[in-house]
Amino acid sequence: MRNCLHRQSDLKAVDSHSEPEYSLGMEQMALFDASPRWTVSNLTRHLRVLLETDPDLQGVWVEGEISNLSRPSSGHVYFTLKDSEAALRCVMWKSEVARLRFAPQDGLAVEVHGKISIYEAAGQYQLYADSLRPLGEGALYQEFLRLKDLLEAEGLFNPSRKRPIPELPRRIGIVTSPTGAALRDILQTLQRRMPLAEVILAPALVQGDDAPPALVAALKILNETAAPDVILIGRGGGSIEDLWAFNDERVVRAVIESQAPVISGVGHETDFTLVDFAADLRAPTPTAAAELATPVTVVDLQQALVEMGRTLEGSMRALFEHQYNLMEGYQTSLHYHSPLQRVQNERQRMDELNRRGNVILAHHLELTRTWLNGLGNRLEALNPQAVLQRGYAVVTKNEQVVASRSQVREGDALQVRVKDGQFDARVSGNG
Amino acid sequence: MAKNSPKPIEGLTYEAAFAELETIVTVLESGERPLEETMHLYKRSQALIKHCVDLLDKAELKVQTLSGETPGDFKEEQ
Repeated sequence: MRNCLHRQSDLKAVDSHSEPEYSLGMEQMALFDASPRWTVSNLTRHLRVLLETDPDLQGVWVEGEISNLSRPSSGHVYFTLKDSEAALRCVMWKSEVARLRFAPQDGLAVEVHGKISIYEAAGQYQLYADSLRPLGEGALYQEFLRLKDLLEAEGLFNPSRKRPIPELPRRIGIVTSPTGAALRDILQTLQRRMPLAEVILAPALVQGDDAPPALVAALKILNETAAPDVILIGRGGGSIEDLWAFNDERVVRAVIESQAPVISGVGHETDFTLVDFAADLRAPTPTAAAELATPVTVVDLQQALVEMGRTLEGSMRALFEHQYNLMEGYQTSLHYHSPLQRVQNERQRMDELNRRGNVILAHHLELTRTWLNGLGNRLEALNPQAVLQRGYAVVTKNEQVVASRSQVREGDALQVRVKDGQFDARVSGNG
Repeated sequence: MAKNSPKPIEGLTYEAAFAELETIVTVLESGERPLEETMHLYKRSQALIKHCVDLLDKAELKVQTLSGETPGDFKEEQ
C-alpha cells in the first residue's frame, strides 16, 4: 500500500515534469489489475490511522511562519505554517487558544506543538496544535530553567532570605524605564495611595542587551545615594525576549544584594522572571508592586488621625471628670466642716435645749397646778360653805358667829345661814 | 517632650507630628500631669491633628530622578 502511494506520487511528479511519460504511466496503471480498491472514506480513514499510530507524529514541534490566520466566531484558530518550501495546515482549538500568552499573527515565526492527523471531510492532513510560542522562546525557556535551578541551588530564592516590606515607607526607590507605561502606573498608584512618600527614580533600560548592566547600576546607585525604604523594580508587559533582562543573573544578584527590600513587578500576572523569585516580594504587575509597597494608605492614616482625636478627647474628658469629681468631694467635705455649719449646729443645739427647757417648764407647771388643785380641794373642805352643804347652819348675831348660848338672850334677832341662803330668826328662850 | 521646647508645628513632618500625637495620647491617658499642662498638651494635640490632616490633604508625590548613570535614549515599552 505504501508502495502504491509512492508510486502514485512518483507518477504525479513525473506527470508534472514530463508530458511524454504521462501516457506511458496511464498504460502501466491499466496493467496493474491486481491493485487494491478503496472507497475514499476507507482510504482516508486508513491514512488517518497510519498517521495517528506513528508516535513520531503525535507530539511534534514544528517551526514555521504563520500565514492565512483566521479566527472565526467559534473561537478556534486556523492558520498555515510555512517555510520557504512547504506549508502545513494547522488548527488550534478554542480551549488551547485561551491558554496562549500572546496573540498569534500572520508573519510571526513560531514553534507549534501538536499532533498530525487528517481532517477526513476535506481529505486534508493538518497539525492539531496544543501549544504555540514565538520562535526562540523554547531555547530561552530552557536557559531560564537552567539558571533558575542554579540560583535556587545556591539558596538565593530561599524564603528565609525574604525581608519584610515596611508598612509606611518614607522613601520609595523605583528602577524602571523613565518613559514606560509601568512608571506612569506606579506613580499614579503611589500618588493615590501614599502621596506623602518621596519617590526616587533610578532610570534604567529594561530591555535589550544593555538592560542588565543598566538595571544593576540603577539598583546600586539607588541603594548608595538614596537609601530608600523599599525598591520597586519592573516594567510593563512584553514578549519573553522583552522581559529577558529580568532573567539575567547579574540583575538577580543585584536584587539579592540590595540593602533595601525589593518588590518586583514584571510584565503581566502570567510572567514569572528570575527577578521575581529573587525579590523580597513578587507583584503580578508594576501597579500591584506599587500597591504592595504601600500597605498603609492615606485613608488609613486619616482614619488613624480621627481615632487619635477621639482618644485625646476621651482622655481629656476623663481627666476633667476626675477633677470635677474630686472638687465635688472636697466641696461636700468643706461644707460639712465649715464654721457656718458649726453656727447652725449651735443654733440647733440651742433649739434643742430650748425645746427640752419648755418641756421641763410645762411639767413643772403641771405639777404646780396639780399641787394647787390639791390645795384647793383641801381648802374647800375647810370652806364653811361646804359645811353648810352638809346641812349645818351658821348663826350670827350682829355679824358675830354665835358659838355659845351665853351670847344670846331671849328675844335676840339672829341670822341663820344655810346652804342656799340665809334667813332671820328670834331666840324664843334661853335657858 | 513637648513641654520643654515645643517645635513650631508648621515645620513638622507627618511622621514627627504623628509621633508627638502618640506621646501626648500616652501622657493624657496616664493622667499624671498637672491639669494646666494637660490643657496645653490637648490644645497642641488639636493643632497637630489639623497639621497632619492638612499634610495628607495637600500631599503630592515628590519625585526625584537620579541621573547620569544610565546613558542612551529609552525605548517605549510594549
